[in-house]
Amino acid sequence: MAHSLIEVNNISVSIDSKPVLDSISLAIQKGETHVLMGPNGAGKSTLGNTLMGNPVYTMDRGSIFFDGQDISHEGTDKRARLGMFLSFQNPLEVPGITLEAFIRTALQQRTGEHIKLFQFQKELKAAMQLLNMEESYANRDLNVGFSGGERKKSEILQLLMLKPKFAILDETDSGLDVDAVRTVSKGIEEYRKQQDGALLIITHSTKILESLHVDRTHILIKGKLVKTGDGSLVKEINEHGFEQIFSEGGSV
Amino acid sequence: MSEENSKKTVVNDIDRSMYDFRYDEKDFYRIRQGLTPEIVSKISDEKDDPPWMREFRQKSLDIYNQLKEPEWGPDITDLHMDQIATYVRPNTKMQGDWKDVPKDIKDTFEKLGIPEAERKSLAGVGAQYDSELVYHNVRDEVAKEGVVYTDFESAVKGPYADMVRKYFMKLVKPSDHKFAALHGAVWSGGSFVYVPKGVHLTFPLQSYFRLNAKGAGQFEHTLIIVDEGADLHFIEGCSAPKYNVANLHAGCVELYVAKNAHLRYSTIENWSKNMYNLNTKRARVEEGGTIEWVSGSFGSHVSYLYPESDLAGERARAEFTGITFAGSGQDLDTGAKMVHLAPHTSSVITTKSISKGGGISTYRSAIYIAKNAKGSKASVSCQSLMLDSESRSDTIPAMEILTDDADVGHEARIGRISNEAVFYLMSRGISEEEARAMIVSGFANPVSKELPLEYAVEMNNLIRLEMKGTL
Repeated sequence: MAHSLIEVNNISVSIDSKPVLDSISLAIQKGETHVLMGPNGAGKSTLGNTLMGNPVYTMDRGSIFFDGQDISHEGTDKRARLGMFLSFQNPLEVPGITLEAFIRTALQQRTGEHIKLFQFQKELKAAMQLLNMEESYANRDLNVGFSGGERKKSEILQLLMLKPKFAILDETDSGLDVDAVRTVSKGIEEYRKQQDGALLIITHSTKILESLHVDRTHILIKGKLVKTGDGSLVKEINEHGFEQIFSEGGSV
Repeated sequence: MSEENSKKTVVNDIDRSMYDFRYDEKDFYRIRQGLTPEIVSKISDEKDDPPWMREFRQKSLDIYNQLKEPEWGPDITDLHMDQIATYVRPNTKMQGDWKDVPKDIKDTFEKLGIPEAERKSLAGVGAQYDSELVYHNVRDEVAKEGVVYTDFESAVKGPYADMVRKYFMKLVKPSDHKFAALHGAVWSGGSFVYVPKGVHLTFPLQSYFRLNAKGAGQFEHTLIIVDEGADLHFIEGCSAPKYNVANLHAGCVELYVAKNAHLRYSTIENWSKNMYNLNTKRARVEEGGTIEWVSGSFGSHVSYLYPESDLAGERARAEFTGITFAGSGQDLDTGAKMVHLAPHTSSVITTKSISKGGGISTYRSAIYIAKNAKGSKASVSCQSLMLDSESRSDTIPAMEILTDDADVGHEARIGRISNEAVFYLMSRGISEEEARAMIVSGFANPVSKELPLEYAVEMNNLIRLEMKGTL
């Protein structure tokens, strides 16, 4: 194996000169599913945003490689075009641009090719059906007036349409009812099946993981990765909480 | 974090080069600059005014000299009337066929796409060059229905002379303000439209005003009467090449919407940045009638523009939908005035403004609901987007409600492009400049989609041009 799909080497991150992440390293191979867990405020979203190049965060140290390429200083759009994707915890409303036009523009900018409208619309319709989204949402302004559940579905719809190599799902399951979690999971499964895409799933619960094989689990506490294990670690956390691990990790 | 991200987007001014071409005034007649009774009298001579109009002009000049300049809006101290030529006549009579229009002038309107628009989608066209109409035409089938669409000079003297005299500057009186008085004194050109009872025009009429002359003024008068139950869409467009001296536009628009009639009045204003645009527009709407104003203000150095709707009959309705784009060196004071004079009248104001590069955009509106206008509704929504920290945006809404029985809503929002939204779009592979352009055109979209199609497309292109080559 030549290189990992994504490789995070000892990065430290701050926001407004306040340190948030401390010496984080992790590597995800093609086709793997990793889970990132941790208490609120541990820095999970910061890690997701840093990987995607959110300019709000400053990477003070370390490097990030994607597909063998150093992307530490690349802009967000370049990272996305290389095949990275972030499903937002709180997807933003963008008035005046429809969901469909947005996805089409994004596809066009990623590939630089002209999108065949008929094929595109067929695919979009199928993906929306899979996610139990009413077709009318395609012509509504991006996330404007969408419920929490519809916003998360809109994120997974974008995942299915943009077909990245690697996706970070930032609390995609939070605030969703049981049915919606099931629908969203179906979308994620479909993505895994079609793209053999790698995933970094940031979550508090296990419901979204039920239908997925988890390769690695990382526990982030107070900006540090304190523990990494296999899929069974998810279960352990679920039963015992972070307390026990925190007491172990705190002494590291 | 990354260098690319930390760079600021610098947004260019609107590329107005498409309007910025000019021609010589060879063989044109240009009146001496300044404003005196002799000059006004000379305009009357040139136009062969009937006696009442001669008198009207002189009276208006007296009023002009008595009134003060407005002290509440953008600065106009660099506008000197003694340096403005109020009348410039091109070297042609008005033509009914494009091929008879002189070449330079024809080229101008070709570049602006007017003849093409006429062929494709208009019921009639008027084209004014400096002070006079150079072309006017209306489709036969429209004329057959009794629709009158003519240049204003013909209207003053022709078969509709009595009607014109009855309505001319009665809605906007010379005494209303200094520039209305100025208009009364030196008006020239413009259009007269009469749509008979019950006639519905499928295609719009369009007048285009081009001010080519340096240091000149354009003072066209538009008078439209839409009779009972009739329906009209009228489009006016205006542009000018840029000069390094002040030009002045003080047009006047008077619209009469009769019982149950409907008029949509669309304006796209693309004056150059040396233009003082001090325009006055007003509509009077009778029972059950509707006026819809759609307004795009992109040009001029200074604008004072607040179309007024007088809702005179029960259940009369008015809508104003406008967008203003103020770039570097522009101070655009725009908005609308709604006057509810009868019961159950309703008005809706929706505006968007964008300012950048130190541009100033001010939204100013007034809502008046008279004591007897019970059961009336008025709503105002104005949103502003500032593209950088040098630009300014102000909101000055005034309301005077004299009855308890009225439903009035107001919503104002001033904002900037959210960096988070830019990051969101970029995380899908969209470049920063495209992301910003998408956000700005998305902001403008609810208004731009109301503009006539070719202008909506043009506006989106303008926004796109703004964002291009900036990173």
